[in-house]
Amino acid sequence: MKRFEGLEKLTGRTLFIDDLPLENCLWGATVRSPAARGTIRQVRVPNHLEGSGLVLVDHRDLPGPNVVSLITDDWPILAAETVRHRYEPVMLVAAESRAAARRAAAQIEVVVDPLPAALDFRQTPTAEQIQVGDDNVLKQLKIERGEVDEALAAAPIVVEGEYETGAQEHVYLEPQGMAAWLDGEVVVVHGSLQCPYYVESALTRALDLPAERVRVIQAATGGGFGGKEDFPSIVAIHAALLAIKAQRPIKLIYDRGEDMAATTKRHPAWIRHRTGLSEEGQILAHDIEVVLDGGAYVTLSPVVLSRGMIHAAGPYACDHVRIRGRAMMTNSVPFGAFRGFGAPQTLFAIERHMDVIAKQIGVDPVKLRRLNLLTDGQATATGQVIDDGTDRQQVLSRALDLSRFTYKRSQHTAFNAEHAYLRRGIGLACFFHGAGFTGSGERAMKSLLHVAGLADGRVEVLSASTEIGQGTTTIFTQIAADQLRLDPEQILIAQPDTWRVPDNGPTVASRTTMVVGRLIERACDNLRERVGLDAAATGTELQAALVAWHEEHPDEELLGSARYQQPPGIEWDDETYRGDAYSAYGWATYVAEVEVDLRTYTARVIDFVAVQEIGKVLNETLARGQIQGGVVQGIGWALLEECRWQEGGMANHQLTNYIIPTSDDVPSIRVAFLENPYPHGGQGAKGIGELPLDGPAPAIFNAVAAATGVDPRVLPLVPERLMELIEQ
Amino acid sequence: MADPMTALNLRINGEERRVLSPTHHTLLEVLREECSLTGTKHGCELGECGVCTVLVDGQPVLSCLVLAAEVEECAIETVEGMQRGNELHPLQSTFADLGAAQCGYCTPGILLTAQALIADNPQPSDGEIREALSGNLCRCTGYHKIIEAVRWAAALERGEADAKPPSEALYGSPLPRISPPSAQEEDPRQEKG
Ligand code: FES
Ligand code: FES
Repeated sequence: MKRFEGLEKLTGRTLFIDDLPLENCLWGATVRSPAARGTIRQVRVPNHLEGSGLVLVDHRDLPGPNVVSLITDDWPILAAETVRHRYEPVMLVAAESRAAARRAAAQIEVVVDPLPAALDFRQTPTAEQIQVGDDNVLKQLKIERGEVDEALAAAPIVVEGEYETGAQEHVYLEPQGMAAWLDGEVVVVHGSLQCPYYVESALTRALDLPAERVRVIQAATGGGFGGKEDFPSIVAIHAALLAIKAQRPIKLIYDRGEDMAATTKRHPAWIRHRTGLSEEGQILAHDIEVVLDGGAYVTLSPVVLSRGMIHAAGPYACDHVRIRGRAMMTNSVPFGAFRGFGAPQTLFAIERHMDVIAKQIGVDPVKLRRLNLLTDGQATATGQVIDDGTDRQQVLSRALDLSRFTYKRSQHTAFNAEHAYLRRGIGLACFFHGAGFTGSGERAMKSLLHVAGLADGRVEVLSASTEIGQGTTTIFTQIAADQLRLDPEQILIAQPDTWRVPDNGPTVASRTTMVVGRLIERACDNLRERVGLDAAATGTELQAALVAWHEEHPDEELLGSARYQQPPGIEWDDETYRGDAYSAYGWATYVAEVEVDLRTYTARVIDFVAVQEIGKVLNETLARGQIQGGVVQGIGWALLEECRWQEGGMANHQLTNYIIPTSDDVPSIRVAFLENPYPHGGQGAKGIGELPLDGPAPAIFNAVAAATGVDPRVLPLVPERLMELIEQ
Repeated sequence: MADPMTALNLRINGEERRVLSPTHHTLLEVLREECSLTGTKHGCELGECGVCTVLVDGQPVLSCLVLAAEVEECAIETVEGMQRGNELHPLQSTFADLGAAQCGYCTPGILLTAQALIADNPQPSDGEIREALSGNLCRCTGYHKIIEAVRWAAALERGEADAKPPSEALYGSPLPRISPPSAQEEDPRQEKG
């Protein structure tokens, strides 16, 4: 089935937020901190700007508390006395044109008396650098099962390794942007965002308004990848504050440089493994330490840390596991949600470590994985017994077949012996990704969804899940149409608007198709029951019943509803971090073939195979798009995308020197799905959106190691780093 | 402080327009702000991302980098002008069919770059398509569906009706979909190659 919202996008008619005509609007711009840490001595507004009709807003204009709280009350909307990272927002301006607003913002000077900044999350902070508690630790967690110290002491072999990953910028092609205006007593915010109810709750609190006086509407959104999960709350409040002060509509649209410098990114990570093994390579004990750079404020770091830790031991069986983790506060931009949410970092470490182990103990890396892969009945690090019927060996086999792994390996040996300066290698990564919220998240969320039966016989899905390019609109249409036996043309998908749609949770965590899709099915069943039909009813019967119902109940709304129900048998303990961390996992093996040029020290991916079991594939076109897009983003993270830091700020906040893959950089990517329908997911689907980010980096690093014999452990593997390794 | 204004005569999508715009406005700004043609996007305004691509006398141009005053007298084409009457341009329909527009933000620029490529080179190779599109970033698709859609549209333009790529060809190799896993006969532990 094709995408349903496609045509508008292809003719230029889709209105992204900056495309929206907004009568009489002013343009906003943001004045930001020049320093990583310090006390604000003064905000200097030049005389000619005062009284020039310019609208100025600072923290004193906030009716409510000066905080956006995702988990902890600590992220200021506008810095008041102190700043904790470069580019932290301090003041807002609005003017008659975009250019005038930017000009004015550039002339306002924030004078900061600097304080010692904590810039390296791997170092223990000095006394002067402490800003949170007595150690700058934002969050600490531990997962423990079995007798790790005893098992390590008894293990015939222990292999250690340290791994590091850098920050990654989302580079959604549409920068952050919001419009805000007043509709009588109501503050309306319309913009580029993933999670309308996150923005609503942030607004009601900051503006000290009841929910009835705040309305959040999603505009067409040009990509998110997690970057429009946390940060849009800040942009929305800024736009609303300006609109209230100016009493005129506001457009606040970031330019690329500002977006890259000031918004959240993927958490940098440092991971250490100590693994106890038998002579044959069976994993006997895991002792793992995970440290994340959380940046200046907590945002979502505790949950990123927990997802990262839960995935840190990989898809392997082991009875003695200890995983300790902490997220450190530093004076850089806060790190936040990014596709994969901590798992790409820890899966990179374990999957690179598996190859390090294989080499050290002289076992084939494929055999090592085969020996340890979870089989049904065995437990993950949190003690979750896996019993989903997926043959994980089969996933691995399929990837080896498609990539002709063994054959390629022998070919490469011959090629490398002959060639003067090119080296080829092939590498793999086996991994998994938990779909939906971690632990008790879905239960706590209690998502609610409606489908409305309309008077003309059509059906409208009322959901807060957003289309951000991944295909929500199409999948929802398809699920509702199938469930009700209607033509897709008879299904409408409401624009996410907090005045119209109920809260079925944020569009994150690969949960939309699996969790929300299932709610649509159940809400459709409920709708059919409400008009007295059973599951055998045809679409024609249903439509006739809807029309008849409305004739009997003029001006009433007819809703079918569903609220989240936890699949049976799921147990999770937030205190001990034991139990069923996710109700379902996607399982995958990815294989990368690389070519390293010894003259330029560049590694290039020349072939890629992505095999995954993700429950039922609902729409091949969309599923492949998600996988290929994720793989390319993963290739970028592994080889090209490096945030370079200067005084806690991103120095290369432009697309000329922060390089993302172009059409010239992508290898052929062969995608294969194995299907094992998941009974509690929408039409049998499991989550898929984040999985493809996990596998490329370790597969590529393992391939580079195979090609060159070096041992790369720090990501991204840019030419400078590869040169150092090869020259050593 | 009012910006100095200039009156320009522009030919956009075959239509003559007289627009009054601030003298320093780029073509991108004039299209979006003065002409309300918002199909052309902005992603960096520094010539780095390609989402602002339009055609000037048939050649792809980054509209964020040229002043509107420089392209008076030229034929300017934007995504709004791609449709042929009520018919979609072949590129628009192949992009729709293959799901090559995900979030859609890069799409207008890519469509125009591809249109110029096909006009110039009716039978582009994959390498030529990749090269032509290498200045147009896309963060959603991983590019493969886009490249395939361009190749198919080129074939349609050459009058080859049955050029729709079989679904395998889209991804370079046969795509096993196995359900349920136990239906497989071969021993999974037997590695081939
Ligand atoms: S807006 Fe990015 S190249 Fe013009
Ligand atoms: S489709 Fe989203 S950037 Fe290309």
